[in-house]
Amino acid sequence: MSKKSKAEGKSPRRASADDRYQGSDSAETEHEKWIGRHIGYRYDVNLVPDYGRLTPFLKKYIEMMGWEDLNWLEDIHMGYEEDRFAVFDRNINGWVTVPEDVELPDDPQERDMLARDLLVRFQMSGHHPLAELKKAHRKF
Amino acid sequence: MEELNKEQKSYQMGMHTEQLAGRTQQVFFSPEEAENLLYPGAFDVDFDKRGELDAADLEPVAVNLKIRELMGEGCGTIEVHNPGAKHSLGVGILNRLWLHFEGSLGYFGCGLIDGPNVRIKGRVGWSCAENMLAGTVVIEKNAGSCFGAAIRGGDLICKGDVGARTGIEMKGGTIIVGGRTGVFSGFMMQRGRLVVLGDAGPNLGDSMYDGIVYVGGKIASLGTDAIPAEMTELDIAWLSRKLKMYGLEAPDGVKNMHKIVAGKKLWNYDNLEPMEKKIVL
Repeated sequence: MSKKSKAEGKSPRRASADDRYQGSDSAETEHEKWIGRHIGYRYDVNLVPDYGRLTPFLKKYIEMMGWEDLNWLEDIHMGYEEDRFAVFDRNINGWVTVPEDVELPDDPQERDMLARDLLVRFQMSGHHPLAELKKAHRKF
Repeated sequence: MEELNKEQKSYQMGMHTEQLAGRTQQVFFSPEEAENLLYPGAFDVDFDKRGELDAADLEPVAVNLKIRELMGEGCGTIEVHNPGAKHSLGVGILNRLWLHFEGSLGYFGCGLIDGPNVRIKGRVGWSCAENMLAGTVVIEKNAGSCFGAAIRGGDLICKGDVGARTGIEMKGGTIIVGGRTGVFSGFMMQRGRLVVLGDAGPNLGDSMYDGIVYVGGKIASLGTDAIPAEMTELDIAWLSRKLKMYGLEAPDGVKNMHKIVAGKKLWNYDNLEPMEKKIVL
């Protein structure tokens, strides 16, 4: 994962919104403009993942789990929250933000693979909020 | 005075005590995160190390504890003999694992799992793989109602017929039914993909918010706000790959399957938010 300063004034929302949607003339609907935020579940969940762009970490993860494809990660895409790139983590029911200094690829398929990579690393780490909860409340 | 009234109303509605779900938690990824492939505290198992247990004389809790014990010993492949259609077997497994049931399961089998690959030789009762998060579950025969209720991820496959309300309130993942499905399948689904290779019962996709339903056979009737859509190349590519993975085929070919999506006329829940903002501000 490369780290690079992002150009000032570059809005990740404007830079990437158009190619994230399918069957929509504009990135934002009237309804989204009205409520002032994006509706995440409008993402094209049917976008077929390009398995040629799997990161080495994801390849290892899939093999380790004994799966033949991305499995639950098919539903993971790079989104954004408050004008910053972010990935939704169902385990904490919230968005996890990508740090400003992480350079994101232009290709939406590569961005989604990066989102999956980051999310798995985060969920499997000891820093994840569920790890703390488990310590406090586990029964076994 | 008007502002004060608005503020009082927002307090009366409990908006200052309840945190809205799904909002920012100011959590950031760390680029220096270690390369862990398992959840913290997960069992380090070896797929080549096999374990077996006979469930004939065991209570469901004892069976689940025995599976856990075997995982603790490093067994990555576990065979459960004589499950006897007992309820709640194989639940809450948050580990990589190959789990084989040599028979049928009762209600709520394999619920809340996150990661394992489960194969069930027989049938399953109500709510199989309810709230499943990740992994694969393949059932060789038929399944009861509420198959894959509230599933959030992973692949759930029944090679036979399933009952009513398949994929009710599903929030992600894939459900594939090799045969027919009953009434109200895809009811209130919010995301994910429900694939039915046979016929679908009445009220398919009733009140669905999002997600996609594919049907290979006849549809008795569509539910409220469920509408037909055009199959795209992406749909065909995805379906072809997924069905091949599980050795299944659409009766008239993938290209001729019906695609059902949400009409999105029932999207009312976001309308509340600007009202909340106005009241609080």
